[in-house]
Formats: sequence, structure tokens, C-alpha cells
Amino acid sequence: MDFSGSEPVRGPREAELLPATVATAVKVVIVGGFGVGKTTLVGSVSEIRPLTTEETMTEAGVGIDDLAGVERKSSTTVAMDFGRITISDELVLYVFGTPGQERFWFLWNGLFEGALGAVVLVDTRRLEVSFDVLGRLEDRGVPFVVAVNSFPESPGYPLDELRGALDLPRTSRSSSATPAPGTPAATC
Amino acid sequence: MSNQDWEEGGPERLFVITRGRDRQQAAATFDLVTLIVARSRPVPTMQPEHAAILRICGSPLSVAEISAYLRLPNSLVIVLLADLLADHKIEARAPIPLATLPDLSLLEAVIHGLQRL
Ligand SMILES: Nc1nc2c(ncn2[C@@H]2O[C@H](COP(=O)(O)OP(=O)(O)OP(=O)(O)O)[C@@H](O)[C@H]2O)c(=O)[nH]1
Ligand SMILES: [Mg+2]
Repeated sequence: MDFSGSEPVRGPREAELLPATVATAVKVVIVGGFGVGKTTLVGSVSEIRPLTTEETMTEAGVGIDDLAGVERKSSTTVAMDFGRITISDELVLYVFGTPGQERFWFLWNGLFEGALGAVVLVDTRRLEVSFDVLGRLEDRGVPFVVAVNSFPESPGYPLDELRGALDLPRTSRSSSATPAPGTPAATC
Repeated sequence: MSNQDWEEGGPERLFVITRGRDRQQAAATFDLVTLIVARSRPVPTMQPEHAAILRICGSPLSVAEISAYLRLPNSLVIVLLADLLADHKIEARAPIPLATLPDLSLLEAVIHGLQRL
């Protein structure tokens, strides 16, 4: 990309401008295994055409797959879709959909820091891909909710059974006036 | 220089744009959702990336949105923003500090907002 060249940077469209009074932004991160519908979720809740931000990480920083002691510094680019929901004249919410390769989410500097919480999107056909994510969120102390995305061919397990399978703390019905302790889970 | 001379987002190009400036400090100042508002107009003598940021930030934009519109990696955008902030050319509206979370009234505002969707 050449900034002074033929392709000028285009900003938001008129209809997508935030009010000048917006003072605070909060974020929620959607995590979940490959193809569970993260991008679709971002697109369906966002008031703006979803955008993509990216981060460049050196493989040295990524580390996990590296052979010990081997000095290697090729860079990896990780892209993340995100959308926006204006809550009020002062408050705006950003929703980030993490990329499918989960080892990168937790290396993205500041992605989970300050987040209101995470939505763990699960596919009942492949529950096991969520185990690692749930563990990592718990380790980091990130509050999360679990959302079960239903595909036409998904087996329809009762929510309680899914809770058990995912080892989620029990909670009473989420409609109660005072939220009970436990991890909220819902089907969608 | 033409696009073919370097890989987009490759280390050389990123180094040129940031002129090797320190990313650590900038990273501590800006979150993905820090809101940026331009406080001055772009001038032709500016680095083009700085000018582009001022041009699109007439209304508040998050760091993530700036990164998306400029098609530059997030960590690079925050270095550029740190320059502009030091020159008082932008205003940065930081997200509420983690220590004050969860702020119940804030969570309620978010939930009410979502329920209206
Ligand atoms: N029937 C049905 N299909 C869905 C739903 N959500 C997503 N899909 C489809 O599932 C496929 C994958 O959805 P994506 O939103 O791309 O999933 P993703 O989690 O972003 O995938 P990666 O980024 O590759 O990990 C797409 O073909 C979607 O159209 C849903 O609620 N119902
Ligand atoms: Mg996706």
C-alpha cells in the first residue's frame, strides 16, 4: 500500500460516524473453534459493515511450534473481524471475533485486557475444540458466557448436558432477578 | 517505491513507517478500543499515515477502526497515534481502567443497549 499514491485511505461512511459525545468504548471478545460462526455473529450484531484489524507477530514471539533453540523470525499476520454497537450517546461497544487459530488469540497484545468479557461460541458437533479456550479464559480471569450455535445438522443436547460436558459451574435460571453465580449458557 | 518492492506488512516496511520507534510504550497507552478524535487538520508536510489518521478521525474512531481503514497492523497504528498524541494533534479517550470493572451501571447500560437490538 502506498499512502501518497492512487489509493487514498477511506474512512467511515457518513452513516457510520459515531456521535462526538461518545466518551467510553468497551469490548467483548468472541472466541470459539474453527468455523463455529464467530464472523457470522459479529456481522449480525454490528451496526457497521464489519471491519478487519490485524496484528503482526514474529514467530519468535509466537513460539509454540518453534523448535527449541532455533532462531527464527518470520512474521505472522493475524486478522480479526470486529463490529460496533452504539449503546448511547456516551457509550459504544465493540465486538471482536477472534481468528480460528486459537494459539494466536492469547498472544494478541491487550485483546482480553479490559474486556467486559468473552463469548465462547460452541458447536455441539465439535465440543472438544472449546475445552482449551475455556481453560485459558479461566486462567486469565476473563468473565465469559457460553453461546451454543445451532446448525441444522447439530445434535440438540439439553443445555444441562452441555454444561456438564463443558464442566461449567451450575447456575439457576438466567431469568431470575438477581443473577446467580455460575457461567451463563444459552443456545442461539 | 512500488508495492512490489516489499511485502505488505513485512518487517522492513513497518520499520520505515515507525522509524524504529519504541512500540512498548505506545502499547501501554492505547487499547484496541481507545477512542481517537482529531484535534487538528492534516498538513501536507506530515507523514502520510499521520495525515490519514487526522483525516478520518473527525468523529471518534477506535484504534481498531483506524487500523482497519489504514490497513495497517494494530501495533504500528498505536506508534503513529503516540506521535500524534505527543504533538497534541489528537485526543485519546481511554477505556475505563480494568481496576474499576465491572462497573455495574456500565454493564447495565450495555445490557439494556443489547436488549434493544
Ligand atoms: N445454519 C447456520 N449456519 C451458520 C450459523 N452461523 C454460521 N453459520 C455458517 O457456518 C459457516 C462458518 O461461519 P463463520 O462465521 O465464518 O465461522 P467463524 O467462526 O468465523 O470461522 P473461522 O473464522 O474460520 O474460525 C458459514 O458458512 C456460516 O454461514 C448459524 O447460526 N446457523
Ligand atoms: Mg471468522
